[in-house]
Amino acid sequence: MGKMLSSLFRHPSGRIGLVIIGFYLLAAILGTLGLTPHDPLKLFAIDRLKAPSGTYWFGTDLLGRDAFSRLMVGIRQSMLIAFASVAIATIAGTIIGLVSAWWGGLWDGIFMRVMDVLLAFPAILLALLIIAIVGPGTMTSVAAIAIVYTPIFARVVRGPALSLKQRDFVDAARTFGSSQGYVLTRHLLLNLVAPLAVQVTLALAWALLTEAGLSFLGLGTQPPTPSLGLMLAESRNLMTHAPWLMIFPAVTIMLGILGFNLTGDALRDILDPRTQRREA
Amino acid sequence: MSYVVQRLLTFPLILLGVSILVFVAIRLVPGDAITAMLGTEAGLLTPVQREALAAYFGIDQPIWAQYLRWLTGLFQGDLGISSIYGKPVLTVILERFPLTLQLSLMSMVIALSVGVPLGVLAASRNERPSDLVVRVLAMLGQSTPNFVVGILIIYVLSVFFGFVPAMGTFTPLFADPLASIAQLIFPAITLGFAFAASVTRISRSAMLDVLSDDYVRTARSKGATPMSVIWHHALPNALIPVVTLSGVEFGYLLGGAVIVEQIFALPGLGRLVLDAITQRDYALVQGTVLFIAFNFLVVNLLVDLAYVALDPRIRIGRR
Repeated sequence: MGKMLSSLFRHPSGRIGLVIIGFYLLAAILGTLGLTPHDPLKLFAIDRLKAPSGTYWFGTDLLGRDAFSRLMVGIRQSMLIAFASVAIATIAGTIIGLVSAWWGGLWDGIFMRVMDVLLAFPAILLALLIIAIVGPGTMTSVAAIAIVYTPIFARVVRGPALSLKQRDFVDAARTFGSSQGYVLTRHLLLNLVAPLAVQVTLALAWALLTEAGLSFLGLGTQPPTPSLGLMLAESRNLMTHAPWLMIFPAVTIMLGILGFNLTGDALRDILDPRTQRREA
Repeated sequence: MSYVVQRLLTFPLILLGVSILVFVAIRLVPGDAITAMLGTEAGLLTPVQREALAAYFGIDQPIWAQYLRWLTGLFQGDLGISSIYGKPVLTVILERFPLTLQLSLMSMVIALSVGVPLGVLAASRNERPSDLVVRVLAMLGQSTPNFVVGILIIYVLSVFFGFVPAMGTFTPLFADPLASIAQLIFPAITLGFAFAASVTRISRSAMLDVLSDDYVRTARSKGATPMSVIWHHALPNALIPVVTLSGVEFGYLLGGAVIVEQIFALPGLGRLVLDAITQRDYALVQGTVLFIAFNFLVVNLLVDLAYVALDPRIRIGRR
């Protein structure tokens, strides 16, 4: 892990990506601890729609709330949803992929056809369908994004797991009498860390994007909790009078996604020497 | 069993799975359809009227019977009746589909005509300043959500040019081609933005792969000009992954760009799905979601078949 971080830091785009992610994590932590310049929910009635200034770094919104503090809490919300949903998708997808590859046959057929069915829906459509059933909210966003990305992880794991299964060292371990659980975790899972790490990082970028999209539609995080997508959506009618309400959330969303994309690309470069310098 | 046959055989199976999933998912939505349809007026219904309505929409039967009825209807092109529009679901879908199709095609044309030349340019100047500029732009493009692009476009248009894109009703292509294309150009740019970035990246890396191949070196040593090597020898092979990527992206776009159609107030498939879901129009949600998934599957199948046709190595089943 430490080795991976240091080689990431030596990679030009990895360094930029890590710095961005670092700032976002810092903002998220400070936002969680309540260490924002102002209370993100407090209405400063006399300071409505103020342009950025020393007091309100990124200005205030229609209700007189501090945009900078709201962005910090919005970042926390986005990161929380992205990390939670990707964690669930990674675990579920890895288990499904490993089980399918290891036992093969009927289980493989059933699991993979179910994954195919889930993959037959464009991601946002599947998320909308889930939101329609459960109703919008933070937990729903987590569940929806997790379900959307589970089949992708299942596929990422199944392919390499199938070829690892054929390798001599796996045969050897089984002949020596290693338990199935030991072979699965020690020999298969450990060798899948590299492709999974890349996929997890890129999935985090997509999860941030999907979360922002859902909350932009009003189907993600519900007010009054600040969320990046909702702040952007709210800025639409005010863009001519208060462009800062649009610019800052837009840049915040973009930079966050960029940070994970850059890191994911750098990871792929580092872990797969064949593609070195190929992917921009 | 060859790859193609296998793909063709699993296709109906997956479609059946999709139809079951959609059907069951809609039945899990809390609240009953009649109340959702009539709002507060549902309270004024007598029990007999309520039953009559339920029988009319077929929602008084057990779930498996409803599913079978729906499935047999599907084969006859009958997707049920939309409760919002009071028209057959298929009619409503087909009214909205031309816009989505045209928008998807326009975005793809934009993405390919920007992305492929940029990718080829970057690859032919590997590691030089112009390559770096293209790579940075592509990375930024890929990291910008389409709703951010859309809002920025609307902002720039309205603040600097005092222009607001035509919204609301859609001018069909055949009624007035110019007006129709003009109406969709900004939404198409919005959707084509990230798409172009992906095309750039993939054509750059595919081109780099191909440029290091032996046959390209042969062409060079025969004295072919750099331009001819790039455009005649390398590009056709480098386009294979571009075809795959564009096909899959196109399949996504055909599903309706929910967010972009929302921003530009366009009556396409994406808006229809969103409305159907928020207004609990069971038949319409089922119909549109199935229609979109069907398109998506067909496009993906075609992409796979095209891939096989372009790359004979997979035809034998080695993948």
